[in-house]
Amino acid sequence: MADIALAEQMSSVPERAAAVRKGGARDARFRLLTLSAAVLVLAIFAGVMLSLLLGAMPAIKQFGWSFLYSEAWNPVTEKFGALASIYGTLVTSVLAMFVAVPVGIGIAIFLTEICPRPLRRPIGIAIELLAGIPSIIYGIWGLFIFAPWFQANVQTWIVDTLADVPYLQDIFGGPPYGIGVFTASLILSIMVLPFISAVTRDVFETVPPVLKEAAYGLGCTTWEVMWRVVLPFARSGVVGGAMLALGRALGETMAVTFVIGNAHHIQKSIFAPGTTISATIANEFTEAVGDLYLSSLIEMGLILFFITFIVLASAQLMLQALERRAGGAK
Amino acid sequence: MNATLYFRRKLWNGMFLFLSVLAAGFGLIWLGFILGALVYNGFEAVSPKLFLEMTPPPGEDGGLANAIFGSVMMSVMAVIAGTPLGLFAGTYLAEYGRYTRLAFFVRFVNDILLSAPSIVTGLFIYELVVYNVPGSFAQKICTTILGSACFMGHFSAVAGALSLMVIVIPVVVRTTENMLLLVPNGLREAAAALGAPQSSVIRAVTWRAARAGIVTGVLLAIARISGETAPLLFTALNNQFWSRDLSQPMSSLPVVIFQFAMSPYEDWHRLAWAGALLITATVLTLSIIARVLQPKRSH
Repeated sequence: MADIALAEQMSSVPERAAAVRKGGARDARFRLLTLSAAVLVLAIFAGVMLSLLLGAMPAIKQFGWSFLYSEAWNPVTEKFGALASIYGTLVTSVLAMFVAVPVGIGIAIFLTEICPRPLRRPIGIAIELLAGIPSIIYGIWGLFIFAPWFQANVQTWIVDTLADVPYLQDIFGGPPYGIGVFTASLILSIMVLPFISAVTRDVFETVPPVLKEAAYGLGCTTWEVMWRVVLPFARSGVVGGAMLALGRALGETMAVTFVIGNAHHIQKSIFAPGTTISATIANEFTEAVGDLYLSSLIEMGLILFFITFIVLASAQLMLQALERRAGGAK
Repeated sequence: MNATLYFRRKLWNGMFLFLSVLAAGFGLIWLGFILGALVYNGFEAVSPKLFLEMTPPPGEDGGLANAIFGSVMMSVMAVIAGTPLGLFAGTYLAEYGRYTRLAFFVRFVNDILLSAPSIVTGLFIYELVVYNVPGSFAQKICTTILGSACFMGHFSAVAGALSLMVIVIPVVVRTTENMLLLVPNGLREAAAALGAPQSSVIRAVTWRAARAGIVTGVLLAIARISGETAPLLFTALNNQFWSRDLSQPMSSLPVVIFQFAMSPYEDWHRLAWAGALLITATVLTLSIIARVLQPKRSH
């Protein structure tokens, strides 16, 4: 508080005017300081886009649009295409969402409706700790613990069981390596689970209790209240949370790099090894020789940034709309 | 007829409640498995050696001292540089520009940076600092000022710290703004009514009122960066030896874990597990402290 306590008694008008001026000047300086820090955030964002664009220029010039739909990835002949990586990124993330969205909503429902009150906080914190575990930990755990276990106990069984079922034999076929697209997706789903359950839980809490009470009063079961009243009310928030999680999943690097197998092919089987944009960059960047190779990797980073930007921006807009509604402005 | 309907509804209800209990179990089981595996595999390799000896070549005994030092060093630099920037930006959003168009954009962009892939941050700093055509303008200035300590044009600890800083800033901005918004307006008005200039009101009153929350943000930021690997891969690279030179490549725990875990050597795997245990213990401790400090959310 020292800096607002005035040093000495000021009696004369000029002295007071001087103090006001001094305060005003300091105010202006401080305001400018905070303003420039805020602008710096914008500058970082612009810098990221610009530097990626500049770095990707040689590859863009060389390959044009074909970079987006070519599956070739040959550092020796310097033919590069991002299709296999883009495909892997989208497939792993979408598969992860298939698991994480229902489970995440289930956890949110458990925490708001079923869980005994004294257990809510510890269980909620435990779930959120999943989000705090660094992705490299998921990676090392996936590679050494989960993949071998999955390979020995689950994968062979699935492959054998579905070997004669049309279509499914393609999707769940091939040699059981343990690592691959499916393993990566499953680990991704565990990682993004807390994001979905946290946002969903927050939105569930914005549902006016009177709506739920009215439904219970009509004799609805808990399931009916959740499915017909709470979820429709919270829909945009849940979708926003899922998009946020999708954004995370798309850009997730280390966990995926460990367990996806790094193979630049598109294969029908989700048990087959594949690659994602971030895994390709992480694996190959420091070993990339030649400007074109490097530039192609940077262009992939640009594509990743673009995709996540779209996803995260729509998540923002949805959650903001919700916040406005919660704020009462309708 | 009614009886079957009731029965069906009850059945659905029971099934659905059972499924959501299963969902919570699903989440908790993985947490248990991961922590269990970390403790089981990492604990045997934790010994004083871990903190005293350098990363060994395959087949030899060693520790992680240089990696631990590098991680701490780069995280500290990133937090020291990023915290004030994030604090000021968050202050602008909450205090000065709360409803302006600029604040709206900054908020939007900041939230995107908050969840943007960290590997892209690494590429950004790589382009900005590491990949620098020798003799370029930026590098000339850098060598003129810093001489041989210039960190541009090659992999360096400074580049690693910068890439972590880019991750710290959005975290601090977000929590600072949120926490300042929780400060009741009456406090600001009371201070202003005493004749304090706005900058003094902010520094002496609102920052103080929100201190616990802001510290929480910084702790969360530290937790976030202490496990970051992707941006360090092509900024700080790695270093097998003890290095305090900030203009040279520096080792870090996550990168060493990545390198060791992907190798075929058993003793490297053991060290990787020990490093993983260290990082997780740090991160979880930080997040729990942050949670204890965090003021109750009230909207």
